[in-house]
Amino acid sequence: MRRFTWFNATSLTLGFVFLYLPMVILVIYSFNASKLVTVWAGFSTRWYGELLGNQAFLDAAWVTLKVAVASSTLATVLGTMAAYVLVRSGRFAGRTLFSGMIYAPLVMPEVITGLSLLLLFIGIGLDRGVLTIILAHTTFAMCYVSVVVSSRLVSFDRSLEEAALDLGCTPFTAFRLVTLPIIAPAVVSGWLLAFTLSLDDLVIASFTAGPSATTLPIKIFSAVRLGVSPEINALSTLMIAIVTVGVITASLISKRASLAQQRDAQAAARAQ
Amino acid sequence: MAQTVFAPWDNPDEKPLIQFKNVTKRFGDFTAIDNLTQDIYTREFFALLGPSGCGKTTMMRMLAGFENPSEGQILIAGQDMAGVPPNKRPVNMMFQSYALFPHLSVWDNIAFGLRREGAEKTQLAARVEQMLKLTRLERFARRKPHQISGGQRQRVALARSLAKAPKLLLLDEPLGALDKKLRQDTQFELMDIQEKTGTTFVIVTHDQEEAMTVASRVAVMDEGRIMQVATPAVIYEQPNSVYVADFIGDVNIIEGAATPHPQADGYSVAWAEGQPQFHAKTNRSFAPGQKCFLALRPEKVAISAEPPEEAANRIQGKIIDIAYLGNISTYHVRLPNGTMMKAQTANTRRLSRRSLTWEDAVWLSWTDTAAAVLEG
Repeated sequence: MRRFTWFNATSLTLGFVFLYLPMVILVIYSFNASKLVTVWAGFSTRWYGELLGNQAFLDAAWVTLKVAVASSTLATVLGTMAAYVLVRSGRFAGRTLFSGMIYAPLVMPEVITGLSLLLLFIGIGLDRGVLTIILAHTTFAMCYVSVVVSSRLVSFDRSLEEAALDLGCTPFTAFRLVTLPIIAPAVVSGWLLAFTLSLDDLVIASFTAGPSATTLPIKIFSAVRLGVSPEINALSTLMIAIVTVGVITASLISKRASLAQQRDAQAAARAQ
Repeated sequence: MAQTVFAPWDNPDEKPLIQFKNVTKRFGDFTAIDNLTQDIYTREFFALLGPSGCGKTTMMRMLAGFENPSEGQILIAGQDMAGVPPNKRPVNMMFQSYALFPHLSVWDNIAFGLRREGAEKTQLAARVEQMLKLTRLERFARRKPHQISGGQRQRVALARSLAKAPKLLLLDEPLGALDKKLRQDTQFELMDIQEKTGTTFVIVTHDQEEAMTVASRVAVMDEGRIMQVATPAVIYEQPNSVYVADFIGDVNIIEGAATPHPQADGYSVAWAEGQPQFHAKTNRSFAPGQKCFLALRPEKVAISAEPPEEAANRIQGKIIDIAYLGNISTYHVRLPNGTMMKAQTANTRRLSRRSLTWEDAVWLSWTDTAAAVLEG
């Protein structure tokens, strides 16, 4: 049977073109020598150089990074705790309500989340800046983390924790020494998810950012409103590169780990 | 030198290690353990045997401290265990799933409990090595649990639960995941280790052969109650109820009405219209005409082509089915009134030289002490 029929090839091409053509154009134009975005005037890395000299962009990038690291870490701690309680506490009155409320922000329009946070910060008199963005991002990333972690906890063999208790652990040390190391991959991927969500968030950040702190997405968005500049193209290309490298590394690591696991299991089967 | 029989339960001066005092455990409306009182003694290998849902696992989990009794008291070495968390009990458990920590090596798994005690480094290492040696795992100390076989994992779980030298070791279906051959080897290994370490073992199992093999006493459970506690031999030969007789091994149960026998100290049991009565001796007493059950093990029923002489009980029937198991064969024989009865013989001769086959008319016979006479 031929696997590459004309139909298959066409649908594959269409799909990929649809997904990647915009990005390819963006990358190509980032190397454009011309100041006019739509006119090709030869290859150049000029805009990358100018980007590095643009203090406003660099500041925004730094703020974004700080916010992403802080909020994803906080969200991971809170989300893991929430997931643990919801999965482990079994049935209690209002459990369904609780778990529903944890996941509700997933489907809540971001505009509403952003607006409500803005009202809260104004209400308690908190000046908008890096701190408010961190808090806002923690709030909405937390539920993503708890979804990822609780799906791992559901399949976690409860007797492992009981064994730890049986061998002399307090509930807290059992969590630290047994549960946490075993669910670590889920916690890490929850952190990564929170991190990327925070990196590219525009809506909530624009509600909660103040004049003192601007994140990169806000900066790009406002710069583009004044006209797309090749500098923005260069910046976006860098971001695509970073994300690509990150994703490829992560998948390579997990693939290698699963291969090693398979090898071990086969070796154990032979050893029987 | 005569060996003394290990039977602390017969000695009134012996202090029990574990005492269940009127323990009841309810989960919502469901009563898992129903007003249960039972003593277990030091160095015993005590088996809790029963079908799933009979409460045997709940009993074990209450000993470990994962469940608390709704009513009653559990004492370990005289100390009331109410409110004592699992990590403070002199009890360790070997889990059905083994529950080995996948992120730790075999060595670290075994050392886990000792580390929580804050054992000193060289002592800890010595103890772990000793456990590895006991369970013949020295070669695998550096491996992770997923890098060893099922049988080895089972031994790691055992070593880990024994490392802290608990007063009491609980084993929850410890051999359930092993294939039959390995299971039998491991049963003897378990008994050997129990003897070497002198630890009291309580094992939960639904496999009656396993319970009979390893245990000093077996408790047969049903619906949250212990039906009978006795040595394997007594449980098998002198069950106290139809439930126990039926649960342990293969048995023919014949319902009838007992009448005291005029000559011997036994009873005649009328079991079917127009059939000769069966004779059985028992130390239970029955009123004339009282309903009773004969529990007769198939291997105690002899099968022959010619009518046997001088048998207390004999009856003719026809072979309907033969189950050939290699070492033994079970014959399913239909009696004249349609009742099916099982008889078992050891296959001491080669297959070709045996004479009985399907549709043969045969005689079944047994002595008057072969059957247990039960009230219900």
